[in-house]
Amino acid sequence: MTAITGQKDEKRSQTARRRNTLMPSRLTIALFLLPAFLLYTIFMIYPLVQALIFSTFEFNGLVRGAFVGLQNFEQLFSRYPISEQLPRAFVHNIYFFIGTMLIQNTLGLLFAVLLHRPRFGKRFFRTVFTLPYLISPLVVGYLWSLMLNPLFGPVNATLRNLGLGSLARPWLGDPATALPAVILVNAWMWVGFPMLLFGAGLAGIEDDLREAARIDGASNLQIFRWIEFPLLTPVIGIVTVLTFIGNFNAFGIVWALGGVDGTPAGATDVLGLVFFRTAFRGGADAFGLASALAVLMFLFIFTVSVLVQTWFRRLESRMQ
Amino acid sequence: MRALRIPKITFTGIGTNGLLIVYAAVVLIPMFIVVTNTMRPTREIYREPIGLPSTINFDSYVTAWGEANFSLYFVNSMVITVSSVTLATAAASLAGYILGRYDFRGSRFFSSFFVAGLTLPFRLAIVPLFLLLNSLGLIDNRIGLILVYAATGIPFSVFILSAFFRQLPQELSEAARIDGANEFVIFSRVMLPLVRPALATVAIFQFVPLWNDFFFPLILLRSTDKWTLPVGMTRFFGEFQTDWSTLFAGLVITTLPLVVLFLSATEQIISGLTAGVRK
Repeated sequence: MTAITGQKDEKRSQTARRRNTLMPSRLTIALFLLPAFLLYTIFMIYPLVQALIFSTFEFNGLVRGAFVGLQNFEQLFSRYPISEQLPRAFVHNIYFFIGTMLIQNTLGLLFAVLLHRPRFGKRFFRTVFTLPYLISPLVVGYLWSLMLNPLFGPVNATLRNLGLGSLARPWLGDPATALPAVILVNAWMWVGFPMLLFGAGLAGIEDDLREAARIDGASNLQIFRWIEFPLLTPVIGIVTVLTFIGNFNAFGIVWALGGVDGTPAGATDVLGLVFFRTAFRGGADAFGLASALAVLMFLFIFTVSVLVQTWFRRLESRMQ
Repeated sequence: MRALRIPKITFTGIGTNGLLIVYAAVVLIPMFIVVTNTMRPTREIYREPIGLPSTINFDSYVTAWGEANFSLYFVNSMVITVSSVTLATAAASLAGYILGRYDFRGSRFFSSFFVAGLTLPFRLAIVPLFLLLNSLGLIDNRIGLILVYAATGIPFSVFILSAFFRQLPQELSEAARIDGANEFVIFSRVMLPLVRPALATVAIFQFVPLWNDFFFPLILLRSTDKWTLPVGMTRFFGEFQTDWSTLFAGLVITTLPLVVLFLSATEQIISGLTAGVRK
């Protein structure tokens, strides 16, 4: 990202001087900016700012009442059932993130490394691995809910056909396996994304470095460990932040696999579902509570993203 | 270029190829099962979940399209997605043009103002947005959803398009200006045709997430006759629970436009996704 914006600024300062003589009138500039500005400000910026304000007000249905300070925030942690659902969903999101980092992003890195070297069928594998993330998360969820169906699902049928019938189980019906199943289905959908990002990162590493190491007798594994992996640090940072944001926003895929309540017994409940239920399945004062939750989620996601980015940047500069 | 080496057959070689092939199967087999099962009657699927269709039979698509209202959801999805993408791309190309071509007072501010939207967690603003649309009478109204979707497309589109407009040579617009063309004519007749590849990228990148979105129509649309495919899907999976053949057909119908899009624009999609990482 920084590479692109840096380039842009350079170009701008170069051409700016000759441009100014032909500057269009203020009215023309305003007319060109207006449609995008209005759409974006009215339907995106204004509601976001309002969410902040609403979190400190009491609501009665659609009507905004009195200023109540931090009462909505306090209610989130004291009123049953949200006081119990919120920490549980938060923990599930953490598991979701860790599981995705370990499974999806490790696999994505592995595939990127394997497909970076010249190899037969490279394009085919790359296309196939990226295919699932074009599908709607909701559709992916429903697809796998059929695949994992305990009675008629192809997954259990395959296990039985292989003589592994004892392993067949109601994957999404058992609280012990439901969340891991969600993590795997999500990884199935998204693995192509880290693969492409790591692939682009690997393509940016100069071949001379690898060649020099090879001449010194380094194996492929050593080249990866001591040259490619350290140089991928910025990309690992980007992937980590995007995974974090993606996981904490998960909604459609969990809805399709576990429904709005995160069945079985809340085992697949995540913050996205809690937020939806608080806002649209709650009581009369739901909108105040939901706005407070939105502010907390925003602050948390934002803070962690910034911390992770800073940490990776420091790691990067320490290596140089 | 290195000289072509004869590949040695090694354990790691077999291992890597094996791994890639196995994972390709993990991706493709579920998709294959979905497509084949649309052509098998539900009775047969229950008896044997995986199997080839004994006859070619498209009844399940007919049921999904007609009885399960997919024709309606499909048209809604198409109208809403195409309108949103068109509106956002038109607005963003105007703004991107002026921001990319001229350094006026405030241009930096507006550029960062638009780009900031790339990182904002927009869904968390759903409550104020709901109240705003409600006061405008735009709840349960397709136009309300289109306006919201168009707004979400603005940051990315302005960001990409202004970068593309910036790269066009200055001489082109000067020549047109000498011929007496005004700013809008220069924009629409001279500059816009030159950024067509960028317009395609921007349009595709808005199309996919909007086509797939479930969150906003779930909250902003109430009556079934306005629903898009993802929301329609939730009702469909309840109603047709026992008719697996039709369920599979519904999944295929929803995904088909994206498959067509992907096959016709693979390169744009892959290069756009990695645009942030490439040096």
